[in-house]
Amino acid sequence: MVNLINSIFRKLTTPTECLRYPFVKRELPEGTRGRIDIEIDKCTFCGACEKRCPSNALKVTRDPKSWTLNPYSCIICGYCIEVCPKKCIIAHKEHYSPNV
Amino acid sequence: MLNHVSEITLDQISTEVWKLKQDGHRFVTMTCCDRGETHDILYHFDKNYELKHLRVALPKGTALPSISALFFAALLVENEMKDLMGVQVSGMAIDFQGRFMLAEGAPVAPLNKSIPGIGIQIQDKTPSAPEGTVKS
Amino acid sequence: MIRRNTIPFGPQHPVLPEPIQLHLVMENEKIIQALPAVGYIHRGLEKIAEKKDYIQDVYLAERICGICSFMHSQNYCQGIEELMKVQIPDRAKYLRVIWAETHRIHSHLLILGLLADAFGFENLFMRLWKVREQILNIMEKTTGARVILGVCAIGGVKRDITPELSDYILRELEAVEKQLPELMDSLLKDYSVKQRLIGVGVLPKDKAHELGAVGPVARASGLRMDLRETGYAAYGDLDFKMVVGEAGDCYDRTMVRVKELYTSLDLIRTALKRMPQGPISVAVKGSPPADEVLARIEQPRGELNFYIRGNGTRNLERFRVRTPTFANLPALLHQLTGCELADVPVIAICIDPCISCTER
Repeated sequence: MVNLINSIFRKLTTPTECLRYPFVKRELPEGTRGRIDIEIDKCTFCGACEKRCPSNALKVTRDPKSWTLNPYSCIICGYCIEVCPKKCIIAHKEHYSPNV
Repeated sequence: MLNHVSEITLDQISTEVWKLKQDGHRFVTMTCCDRGETHDILYHFDKNYELKHLRVALPKGTALPSISALFFAALLVENEMKDLMGVQVSGMAIDFQGRFMLAEGAPVAPLNKSIPGIGIQIQDKTPSAPEGTVKS
Repeated sequence: MIRRNTIPFGPQHPVLPEPIQLHLVMENEKIIQALPAVGYIHRGLEKIAEKKDYIQDVYLAERICGICSFMHSQNYCQGIEELMKVQIPDRAKYLRVIWAETHRIHSHLLILGLLADAFGFENLFMRLWKVREQILNIMEKTTGARVILGVCAIGGVKRDITPELSDYILRELEAVEKQLPELMDSLLKDYSVKQRLIGVGVLPKDKAHELGAVGPVARASGLRMDLRETGYAAYGDLDFKMVVGEAGDCYDRTMVRVKELYTSLDLIRTALKRMPQGPISVAVKGSPPADEVLARIEQPRGELNFYIRGNGTRNLERFRVRTPTFANLPALLHQLTGCELADVPVIAICIDPCISCTER
């Protein structure tokens, strides 16, 4: 009984754990693997990322110069970021938005 | 680098497995591997973290005697082998009739090397129309 | 009058997190035979592993399970390292232990929560998962993802734990440990919970050994079997103590999991304290030789086996996964025989079923 009253009081006095989402957004820690993007000016279109991608989400062509990412296949493993010789593929903190 | 592998023949299976059971070994699992002409069947047993393996080279089309009478646990993996590798296993405690893992209309013995596999994309070098966000 | 009925339990059932069907042959309220029907989420993962590069398979192995994903990639990497005779740095071994143990804590909290949900204790379920959230935060802060960590690589790990992060982990673990006793008391000492768990689904020791049960299910029956004792990765230096139960019923299985939470907390602390300085990975060149290996590891659910066979190229000849739930299914069938229909959810949840790993 004492336990019960104790925990009721504790619950009443502690703030809620949840965030009021649309107004307060959760802060993502540094280094989160989120959306994959490219700094296209640095890219040499060597195709190393395309060859290594485990889920075949990337398509790189030299002529015309293009770098294509299929966000529906991408599993955000980060292998392309490692193998890029120019280090021009980056992972943003936020994730893919549903309306890509 | 599997240590303690003993190569045995088909008719030795039950006696060897029986010996290991008497010795207090625990059935870990079985592995089936497609080697072209034969199926390589490995039985794995464990006792005090020491593994022992039995290897049988089973010619394709020959039935494998089930050990599920000795180790009931082998029943599931034998049914799985029957579904996925097309190994005929005779005398299983419960036979799922090839419907353990796969449903009707599924490819027959999909893990054999001769079956190409459905929906697996390997890097192809033929150019195709790009989809998704293009950056150029 | 005895009437015989067959009740299909699942594949969709409120207590089952994943689809498995159990054909229960009933005699009035008693189950006289139980048969599993799996295959609802068979993905053909072993086939795709043969088609991909052995480094790409690390990411594939990680996605076998969504709860203990790090353990799968760790086991795969250990197998390939054994095959290619790669020695990984000591620091990487310690880091692997730390992430593996955080995974164990989060997995055990998850299944204890689901168990609480299965016997209708929703409040406990929510509170256990609230604690689990802190463990997930540790993983997110140290690796950049909540469950699919993606930090294990062949030859070591990809990210390091800095001293600041290490302090943060210790602080969080303390906060977690402070909340645990109250929750665990309501799980282990509550009268109605005990009534629900004690003596339900008894698996005797000899039967557990014969049916090849692994993990907490085997340990609750009194089998001394925990691969962490063999000292793979850095477990050899961490004074690991195994938790063993006696009765082999659902209560003992829960107790083993609860005690393992504390063991894991201790292991992480010791690992953080004793972690040596140095590099975290070595470069691996070449491809797996034409040899075979059976890699084993202790997962939250039990012993995980990967049979890996190379053929000298960058692709693997065969990759076979035997997950602990697959080994525990015969034990589940044994426990179900002779029990009441109302106990089926609790027994099924108590073996900690992870069906999508089972079917791959």
